[in-house]
Amino acid sequence: MKKKKAAGVFFSLMLTAGLMAGCGGNQPSGGSAGGSGGGGGDVIKIGANLELSGGVASYGQSIAEGLELALEEINKEGIDGKKLELVKVDNKSEAAEATNGAIKLISQDKVVAIVGSATSTNTLAQVQIANDNKVPLITPTGTNPTITNKDGKVNEFVFRTCFIDPFQGTVAAKFALNDLKVKNAAVLIDSSSDYSKGLAASFKEAFTGGGGKIVAEEAYVAKDTDFRATLTRIKSANPEFLFLPGYYEEVGLIVKQARELGLNVPIMGGDGWDSPKLVEIAGKDALNNTYITNHYSSGDPDPKIQEFVKAFQAKYNKAPDAFNALGYDTAYFLADAIKRAGSADPVKIKDALVQTKDLQLVSGTLTLDENHDPVKSAAILEYKDGQQQFKTKVNP
Amino acid sequence: MELIQQLVNGISLGSIYALIALGYTMVYGIVRLINFAHGDVFMVGSFVGFYAVTMLGVGFFPALLLAMAACAVLGMVIERIAYKPLRNATRIAVLITAIGVSLLIEYVTIYLRGAQPEAYPSTLLPERNLELFGVVISGQSLFILGTSLVLMVLLQFIVHRTKIGKAMRAVSHDAEAARLMGINVDNTISATFAIGSALAGAAGVIFGIYYTKIEPLMGILPGLKAFVAAVLGGIGIIPGAMVGGLLLGVIESLVSGLGYSLWRDGVAFIILILILIFRPAGLFGKNVREKV
Repeated sequence: MKKKKAAGVFFSLMLTAGLMAGCGGNQPSGGSAGGSGGGGGDVIKIGANLELSGGVASYGQSIAEGLELALEEINKEGIDGKKLELVKVDNKSEAAEATNGAIKLISQDKVVAIVGSATSTNTLAQVQIANDNKVPLITPTGTNPTITNKDGKVNEFVFRTCFIDPFQGTVAAKFALNDLKVKNAAVLIDSSSDYSKGLAASFKEAFTGGGGKIVAEEAYVAKDTDFRATLTRIKSANPEFLFLPGYYEEVGLIVKQARELGLNVPIMGGDGWDSPKLVEIAGKDALNNTYITNHYSSGDPDPKIQEFVKAFQAKYNKAPDAFNALGYDTAYFLADAIKRAGSADPVKIKDALVQTKDLQLVSGTLTLDENHDPVKSAAILEYKDGQQQFKTKVNP
Repeated sequence: MELIQQLVNGISLGSIYALIALGYTMVYGIVRLINFAHGDVFMVGSFVGFYAVTMLGVGFFPALLLAMAACAVLGMVIERIAYKPLRNATRIAVLITAIGVSLLIEYVTIYLRGAQPEAYPSTLLPERNLELFGVVISGQSLFILGTSLVLMVLLQFIVHRTKIGKAMRAVSHDAEAARLMGINVDNTISATFAIGSALAGAAGVIFGIYYTKIEPLMGILPGLKAFVAAVLGGIGIIPGAMVGGLLLGVIESLVSGLGYSLWRDGVAFIILILILIFRPAGLFGKNVREKV
């Protein structure tokens, strides 16, 4: 018995000693990383808080691909001899995880700026943290207006690379009235998404303002699978057009079920549709006669876009979607600011971001307005046999 | 016309609930265990069917059989590992274990293949729609309803006319007495889980075909709805599950049809509460004395 105890004490002592030795061994490297604050050494750490798994994983992964391609290009020269390093966290497509991710990136990884998230809801979950810690947050694709400006007050440290919801909704309404020449429309909203509600509100305003009429307004909740009852109700209102701002998982099912029930009117949505999964879920035939507003189109003949498409093809062996493009653009947007700031200090980077003007990016020429929102053009795409086709470009 | 279309929508939604509820209610009827992992077995069945079709390239029936077989095995494994050691434990302990098993299956699936959704190939069953006086009935929903009815009849037959069915009813009545009469209680319970889980697997494949999109957390809500359906019809009663499922589907469709689509899930659970308060034995509860 006594022997056992003695052995126990001995082993636990050994273990403690081992642990302490381990700690000691790690100290120098840990110390230098901490001391650099992500900027003093030869790397500048940039955080990416993205939807790498979960309901809208396709968005987050696309953005990550775009970011990585851009950083690879930027790091060929580096910024003042420093390389940019990406630290990714997965927010699992949940707002609470996005908050945790932002805290981890700022306090543990000491990043100089955070890129993310893909959706408005998950970005909104990080706004307070970015402002409190004075670290710039740039969402590549969060389009809800309140991200950068809440109740008339600009969020000092929050930026975005994409246009905002009211713009998308307005463009869709104009397109429906002027190009599709419809007089009345139905609206189907994802009531659990700020994004969907924002688009719908601006669509309604612009559509009724332009002389159209909203004949039906229905809602669903994310993760629903059966929309037939709601669609039957919409169909009985005889709309000529359905505005469906939502995310691809539900949108795919809704489009499929709408066509099954014989609702064959044009359907239009925003950039939330943009995912290869949409085509798989809805089916090619059901998607005919549907349109989306988007940030860019790989079919646009602009040389800057074609150059990016070629580089992306070479790395990933597929055509880039808008999320790829905006991820790519966000890296350049940030790199440009770091270069102009001449420092890896988050506050100086913020000041440089604010002054961004006429920056040439794949998704258009970017100039920030007083709300930190970019002023740039939107593309309208049409689905034909499962392929997106570039239809027209609309300027603000 | 709109009302009839809503009824059709409701029946096709309800037959999915019924299909899941059949397995649910059967396990409850015999082991008195609310198997919360049933919805997740349904999800696994859906994925097995999906991978059988996309990777092995098989057709609809082999995929269905494969999913049923895989789920039957999974059901038996769950029973042996998680529920059997707790056979004499309190009911609450078993219930909590069931919830644990449910979460375990969900997150193991996410760990193995990620959380991204998958789309069922559309070529599996021909999509043909019937149109009668402006009411659209999809051929697939008729097929689902037919499958549910056939399975219900088959299940009734197994429970009431076969030897294993007799053993199940005996175990359900009094497991100890059944053991004394020479019935192998463990094997009977395993068989119950195998049949119930195979039904969940079949429902998973059919759900995939009908709704296209499948993902690792897809079992949660249909599982709960199937539970409501089973309670509505009288938990443990096979035709009750069928009727409860259809009724729940129709009620949900009518609620959405009236423009209250956001209240749909809420109404389902209000029904559960009302039934538990006013008719805890379910709609079919009083008519049948023997609960299997």
